[in-house]
Amino acid sequence: MELVTPAIGLVFWMLVTFSLLLFILKKFAWKPILTSMKEREETIEKSLQEAANARAEMQKLNQQNENLLAEARAERETILKEAREIKEKIVSEAKNAADEEAKRLISRANDEISRQKNAALDELKKEVAQFSLQIAQKLVEKELENNDAQKALIADQLTKLDKQQKATA
Amino acid sequence: MDAPNKQMPYFSALFSGYRTPKILVLTLFYAFFSLGLHASGDEHATEKGHENTHTEEKMDPGKLIMEHISDSHDWHLWGHTSIPLPVIVYTQSQGLSVFSSAHFNHGHDAYKGFKLNEKNQIIWENESNTDAIYDLSITKNVLAMFLAVITLFIIMISVARTYSKRPGQAPKGFVNIIEPLILFLRDDVAKSSIGPKYERYMPLILSIFFFIFVNNIFGLIPIFPGGANVTGNIAITMVLALVVFLTVNFIGNKYYWKHIFMPDVPKAMYLIIVPIEILGVILRPFVLMLRLFANITAGHIIILGFFSLIFIFGAMSPGLGYAVSPLSVAFTLFMSLLELLVAFLQAFVFTLLTAIYIGMAIEEHHHAEHH
Repeated sequence: MELVTPAIGLVFWMLVTFSLLLFILKKFAWKPILTSMKEREETIEKSLQEAANARAEMQKLNQQNENLLAEARAERETILKEAREIKEKIVSEAKNAADEEAKRLISRANDEISRQKNAALDELKKEVAQFSLQIAQKLVEKELENNDAQKALIADQLTKLDKQQKATA
Repeated sequence: MDAPNKQMPYFSALFSGYRTPKILVLTLFYAFFSLGLHASGDEHATEKGHENTHTEEKMDPGKLIMEHISDSHDWHLWGHTSIPLPVIVYTQSQGLSVFSSAHFNHGHDAYKGFKLNEKNQIIWENESNTDAIYDLSITKNVLAMFLAVITLFIIMISVARTYSKRPGQAPKGFVNIIEPLILFLRDDVAKSSIGPKYERYMPLILSIFFFIFVNNIFGLIPIFPGGANVTGNIAITMVLALVVFLTVNFIGNKYYWKHIFMPDVPKAMYLIIVPIEILGVILRPFVLMLRLFANITAGHIIILGFFSLIFIFGAMSPGLGYAVSPLSVAFTLFMSLLELLVAFLQAFVFTLLTAIYIGMAIEEHHHAEHH
């Protein structure tokens, strides 16, 4: 029975000690320890979360970069293609234009040439007619200075005409 | 009280170069049972025989064990050496008396009208005096408890300091031992049993656990400042259980009280259920008190019992005592290791049940609100 009879002194000291223990450890040990543990856990969790986020962000950025690169490559391709097409178009257009121009110039030159030639021919005809008249005038004046000569000339001319008629007949 | 110390030569024999391979221990373990059973029959006969010749060397293991597991006004170290402890006694007639227990001279003398009875309790020298005695002495258990608690303070405050010195860094040094325990108590005891409001009760849970654990461990150390049966003392476990009882009933919410006085059963059943529930409220801490007390005391008794076997056999014949001693030591060692486990287990069980009772007291029954 002695074992299961609580001694009053021990109960008293236990009450005092345990109250002190609870109070002192709560204030100086449990609170700081639990707070530090919690803070550390939160730090670790946050760091892990941040690392995961950073990794995801990196992946996203990489993906974006790749996408951008692919887009840029595609764009370059199209630009180059367009440029090539434009170049070809310009060259062919220029060629056509040059051909036409050349043709136009040639034809104009031909026209000019033929016009100039005709004009020159007309001029020449006029000159020749003038010269012929003048020569004829001079010849006629000289020939017709005397009667005899006029008669000879007319005769001569008439013979010539005859000869000509005979030749044609 | 001095009886075991006259057998000191046996102790030196025990500790001189004792080394046993596992298989030998096991062999001895099995051999022990036949021997032990055989011996127990002879015990009384031998004791009676000795009573006639050597009354002085009479060995009473029951008395020895009882002395070891109960409280005392001095702390026995070895042989005739013991530390006298302060006696603080309050009586109505004499007021407060404070003096050293050395004045009692191990129960042989009386002092200031007081004397020690055979159970180491302070009584009036004049036994017809019926005035109540309030014995508030710093006894062996009180001192052992103080030492354990001071050790706990030193450990925990230094651990707390390590934390504040290294914020957010990995644990270091002694923290590595304490942190897993605290984490275990927080995550697997408090959080899982109490629920989201566990943080408020963490100081109580941790204090109860470490108080019991440290005192259990100190109790297993055979020499000063250990060896006192603090957590195996009913007064200590009673106060611990009282703390739990008061806490649980003080924080109990309306669902807790409704469950006791208006349970969800037909009204006719109240006559049976309500008294059972009320009994349960008292019984739970009562069982907490008894479980810890019984487990730790039993552990001490078993270890001391195995040790006493040496002296029981030694009293029959010295040769038998020597023969039994390695066996006894092996088994005491085995029991001590088992007690190490029990030291943790009982602290854990007490704490876990405390957490569960707290959880029961503050549990919110959301479905009940609709009715």
